[in-house]
Amino acid sequence: MSATFVGMPPFPTAARQALADTQLRHNLAHATGTIRAKRAKVVGEVEHWEDLRLAGAAVKARALADLETNLVRLEESLTAQGATVHWARDAAEACEVVARVARSHDVDEVVKVKSMATQEIELNEALQAQGIAAWETDLAELIVQLGDDLPSHILVPAIHRNRAEIREIFRSKMSAAGKPAPDDLTDEPAVLAGAARQHLREKFLRAKVAVSGANFAVAETGTLVVVESEGNGRMCLTLPEVLISVVGIEKVVPTFAELDPLLRLLPRSSTGERMNPYTSMWTGVTPGDGPQEVHVVLVDNGRTRALADEVGRQALRCIRCSACLNVCPVYERTGGHAYGSVYPGPIGAILNPLMRGQGDPQVDSLPYASSLCGACFEVCPVRIDIPEVLVHLRSKVVDAHREDRVPKAEAVAMKGTAWAFTDARRLAAGERLSGLAGRVLTRVGKARLPGGRATAGRLPGPGAAWTGARDLPAPPRESFRAWWRRTDGGRAEGPEQSEQKGGE
Amino acid sequence: MKVALMVTCVNDAMFPDTGKAVVRLLRRLGVDVEFPDGQTCCAQPMVNTGYLDEAVPVVRNYVDAFAGYDAVVTPSGSCAGSARHQHGLVARRSGDPAMERAVAAAPPTYELTEFLVDVLGVTDVGAYFPHRVTYHPTCHSLRMLGVGDRPRQLLENVRGLRLAELPGAAECCGFGGTFAVKNAETSVAMGSDKARHVRETGAEVLVAGDNSCLMHIGGLLSRQQAGVRVMHLAEVLAATEDDAEQVPTEQPADLAAQQSAGRTDAIQHGLEQGATS
Repeated sequence: MSATFVGMPPFPTAARQALADTQLRHNLAHATGTIRAKRAKVVGEVEHWEDLRLAGAAVKARALADLETNLVRLEESLTAQGATVHWARDAAEACEVVARVARSHDVDEVVKVKSMATQEIELNEALQAQGIAAWETDLAELIVQLGDDLPSHILVPAIHRNRAEIREIFRSKMSAAGKPAPDDLTDEPAVLAGAARQHLREKFLRAKVAVSGANFAVAETGTLVVVESEGNGRMCLTLPEVLISVVGIEKVVPTFAELDPLLRLLPRSSTGERMNPYTSMWTGVTPGDGPQEVHVVLVDNGRTRALADEVGRQALRCIRCSACLNVCPVYERTGGHAYGSVYPGPIGAILNPLMRGQGDPQVDSLPYASSLCGACFEVCPVRIDIPEVLVHLRSKVVDAHREDRVPKAEAVAMKGTAWAFTDARRLAAGERLSGLAGRVLTRVGKARLPGGRATAGRLPGPGAAWTGARDLPAPPRESFRAWWRRTDGGRAEGPEQSEQKGGE
Repeated sequence: MKVALMVTCVNDAMFPDTGKAVVRLLRRLGVDVEFPDGQTCCAQPMVNTGYLDEAVPVVRNYVDAFAGYDAVVTPSGSCAGSARHQHGLVARRSGDPAMERAVAAAPPTYELTEFLVDVLGVTDVGAYFPHRVTYHPTCHSLRMLGVGDRPRQLLENVRGLRLAELPGAAECCGFGGTFAVKNAETSVAMGSDKARHVRETGAEVLVAGDNSCLMHIGGLLSRQQAGVRVMHLAEVLAATEDDAEQVPTEQPADLAAQQSAGRTDAIQHGLEQGATS
């Protein structure tokens, strides 16, 4: 995979391009709409869903509150079960561990289970640089990899593609990567899946080394858990001789019993299924069964930075279900690429800044990529208050610029507005001016809003961002405050006279 | 009970008719609502754009303006949400314990439908509005405050009103405060879909509890010449048979007023004739 998110423009610019992609808009509206309805249905079946959410959030909060203890315990349990534990501070260290283990087995390829952590650290690119091919075996990841594309969704990385596009990718790209697609390939989902199965099967049977992530890591027992739907994960986790799992440190769960709420929340929230099809659990090395050499790479890569943020740390509870993406009205229209990260959507808009800090204009634009509608918080299975964290991160972006020699126009405007809002007399003076403008606009302007009120016309400068596509009412002749004062709250007024209809 | 109206900065400066409607409605229900004229804004524009330091004096002003009242009522789900969910945050940012205490002790801020249904205990406010209407539940009313079906209960009791179901009602319209200009294209893309759903209902009037969202959706509908006007819920609930004559038309207000006056004269004339015959 040669595509990269490095150098992506800030969200508003990237979104502009995405919004103009009609195929993308159509595919996403269809896909997110379908999965949203499916989720709503199966969540609605659970009588005590809110209790389950609270339980899931509590498990993750407990794990994070004592992260150090839980991680040390995880290391001890894993080591006792014959696994080798590696610690990686950042992406480079994590990639180097995986490459070193692969090299020690003298392989030029590895098979991969779908894993967000390995996407995050750009493992495939790092391995490729060392002459090792990393084959994605999840169907959607395969589509992205073959298409030299970027993932645009956490769970369904090729959600931006429709089946006609997928057929084209398989036909033109599969042969260079291994077994070619059959000549009679159609765009029927079952036929496409069949082609992928044939293509992947030879890789599964040949590979000596597999790389995975983990959805959960149990400190008490040293058990790793992978939750997937296609069985490709099960193949990777059982057939090869060597298994390397790259696991973010926030994946730790204190005890085995605490998996209970999380494994019930995840499938209903993510794929809209009552029960997950393939839930694989393994605990170190089992002699004579499965991989006989097991490595676990525990990765920080910005997670401790996120943990240090008192408001933002709740984002580390995320179990990567994607419910927030599927319900997000912004994501539905811009797609995932506009977020410039493997973590798109509402959770990406908070995770990326939390893990990477402020200062990069692209990352700084992400907390603003939301209308704060709150739909994400409503569906989050571990109750991450995403709007709260978004607002908090916006304040961190603003605070990072407080010492700027030349303040941004927005900062000047906000300071001015706050100054006017600090004293009602200043606001009233401003309203008298806008009332004057309103009289002129109402008298001179010809355009009327439905209902009859005059419009403010096309505004220049920053106001054009509003009036480019939306009419704006002309200000009323008299503010509410002035009306109240003039009429003693309407008591000294004759027949009610509308201010908003214009045409005075 | 001493009740204060928090009219909101948007309504004060741009939609005074909404504030007047709240006053008229509450007086009709026996509440002599007051307008503390020290009030300005709830500080949400600053908070939601990340300017917390700038929000501190605005919240301080809010707390001072409404001190001494038993309840604050506002025709905005968004501003009620700000007062209830953000003022504490801003007070903590100030680092001033006195401000934190003042915010904690501030009178409760109710969104209009909460005040009507929960505090006054009414769902039939005696309104008359003979139009086909659809209702958009704004995000902060719906998800931050959880007003639930209170607006619907109130609308269903309005005589003459035909309520059309809005498809995808719970989905955001795309206004989002400064989002509407910082991410204008995405905001408009969201709003276009909302406007399409509104048109699908065949309603003449789109009603909501937040004029900021209505300004956005209404601005799009207007640009499309869609023939749908937007109206704050308070104005629908304030409307009565007496106002029916004055229901806005596409004509300039002065012409409409003349006609309406003429009609009233005619009715008056008819009544007098009836009385003498």
